Amino acid sequence: MRYLTRRIGLFLVTLWAALTVNFIIPRVMPGNEAQAVLGTFRNINPAALHALQIQFGVNAHQSVLSSYFEYLGNCLTGQFGVTAQGVPVMSEIGSKLPWTLGLVGVTTVIAFLIGTLAGVASAWYRGGRLDAILPPALFIVSTIPVFFVGLLLIYVFAVKLNWLPLGGNYSVGATPSFSASFIWDVLKHALLPALSLVIVTSGLWVYSMRNNMITTIAEDYVKTGRAKGLPTRRVMFGYAGRNAILPNLTGFAMQLGYVLGGAIVIEYLFSYPGLGYLFYTATTDHDLPLMQGLFLFYTLAVLVCVLIADLLTAVLDPRTREA
Amino acid sequence: MAVTDISLAEHAPDVEVTGAPARFLRAVLGNKKAAAGAVILLVMVFVAAFPGLIAPDSPHATIYAQDAAPSSAHLLGTTQLGEDVFSQLIWSTRLTLLVTLVVSVIATFISMIVGVTAAYFGGITDRTLTVIIDVFLILPVLPLLILLAAYLPPGVTSLSIVLIITSWAFQARQLRSQGLSVRNRDFLVAARARGERGIYIILVEIVPTMSSLLAASFLALCVYIVGFAAALQFLGLGNSGQLMWGTMLYNAQQAAALEAGNAWWALGPGAAVALLGAGFALLNYAFDEIGNPALRPVRKRRRSRRRRGRAAA
Repeated sequence: MRYLTRRIGLFLVTLWAALTVNFIIPRVMPGNEAQAVLGTFRNINPAALHALQIQFGVNAHQSVLSSYFEYLGNCLTGQFGVTAQGVPVMSEIGSKLPWTLGLVGVTTVIAFLIGTLAGVASAWYRGGRLDAILPPALFIVSTIPVFFVGLLLIYVFAVKLNWLPLGGNYSVGATPSFSASFIWDVLKHALLPALSLVIVTSGLWVYSMRNNMITTIAEDYVKTGRAKGLPTRRVMFGYAGRNAILPNLTGFAMQLGYVLGGAIVIEYLFSYPGLGYLFYTATTDHDLPLMQGLFLFYTLAVLVCVLIADLLTAVLDPRTREA
Repeated sequence: MAVTDISLAEHAPDVEVTGAPARFLRAVLGNKKAAAGAVILLVMVFVAAFPGLIAPDSPHATIYAQDAAPSSAHLLGTTQLGEDVFSQLIWSTRLTLLVTLVVSVIATFISMIVGVTAAYFGGITDRTLTVIIDVFLILPVLPLLILLAAYLPPGVTSLSIVLIITSWAFQARQLRSQGLSVRNRDFLVAARARGERGIYIILVEIVPTMSSLLAASFLALCVYIVGFAAALQFLGLGNSGQLMWGTMLYNAQQAAALEAGNAWWALGPGAAVALLGAGFALLNYAFDEIGNPALRPVRKRRRSRRRRGRAAA
């Protein structure tokens, strides 16, 4: 149980830190960015304006401490302010979320599977040709900046070959429906951004998986499995793999922040209207409440995934429950 | 994992402190990956130092045909404003390399101080610093970078500051683990017995034993900074008047260079960023082999430890 208490503690501390960072940034940064931005906000109801003023420390006629607690209270009750257009930040995020969830969710799972399987295979055939080529190749590819991969893919498949669209989430003029042609259209638009993300993120997990696997293969229970004459695949996945993957689960969640960052760049590059593109437009519009809401949302997404991974580890690995 | 710590600690003081520059040079030349990385970096440094020797034109001279295709006069074509893309690419090397190196040096220094302080003092200091490191590891980097950059005037200084703030944590965690492994060794016990102060012990006794890991941390940070700096500028959070590869990418993207048939304007700086990152990555990748050819099996595990540190924390 100590393991879980510690992890939940870290979850709460990080959440609090993110909320506090959000509160402090407008106050410690030089210049009057927040004041200038809030000055442009029109047509906002007074209560929302007051909430923004205490969050950004502009015209807040109260002590910093009482502002801070009021801000924390607002956040805990799900009030994350309004955008420059007066739309609640959370509903703005909610409307763009499905596109990012689809793109990042699917690509992350695919990349994790590729990286993990490559790690398992190269550890199993350690020292062989596969081991010499696959992990270094995946790792080196993962150091290529994601925007360069995206630019290359656009150049080859959209500009030169004209096979796939340059960007967007579906063709201009198409009406969203569950028809086969529309779904095909959406998939065609998502293919290049997804491919860019898979290419650069598959390498993130390959080395940790390979090395966990090497350590696990040396364990007695794996030898037992082999000695019993079980099929290779059974020992590889059922005995070694399922134990070796445990540390990688947390790694998977931790890397989500990195993947989400990559998705911001890719959504911008492909004008893919998800959260990342929203972040970009918020940046160019200097819509600070929206940016801060997005930052909190990203942090929360990573934190929840880390927590789920921790819970899963606790379920799958009895040792963490005892220690 | 405990095994790796011990082996690291045992080899660190004997091998690395005595590592003379000449030996290092010979090792770099003898390792293909390291040699490739070193050549890339040397070329980049040369280009950054003497851009005028290579670039045919001033980077901001808008005197040519606009959106020209690559030709012998303009190797990579011209921009929408009629600037020579190749010249811009060459001149951009200087600031890009400078920002990368300066930010990485400062961030490595911060992570060294934080990591070693946590490891050396232990107790409540260690627990507090570890929590801070963990928090910084979980906070999503690019959103935080964008948020910070939005409050600062766009430019190289702001860029460097936000990169330093967001990049030190991962290396601090590794340096802490390394610090823990040397913590109770005899030479530190002796220093404590002599009554040396903590800061002296950290800087004079502990840090030199970590020179190899520090260099590796520095190179890993460089890879990371090159990419993030360019990504941030690509998203428009730079000063597009200051010539760097990231700002070139931004300008090209704003002008829809790929679609306009001016592909090299975007692909050139993209490739340059990738190449510089690869140079640092290759050198880093080979670093363990150089530092320690005798310990190859252990090297593999050490690598696992480092990677796991980034992943699992």
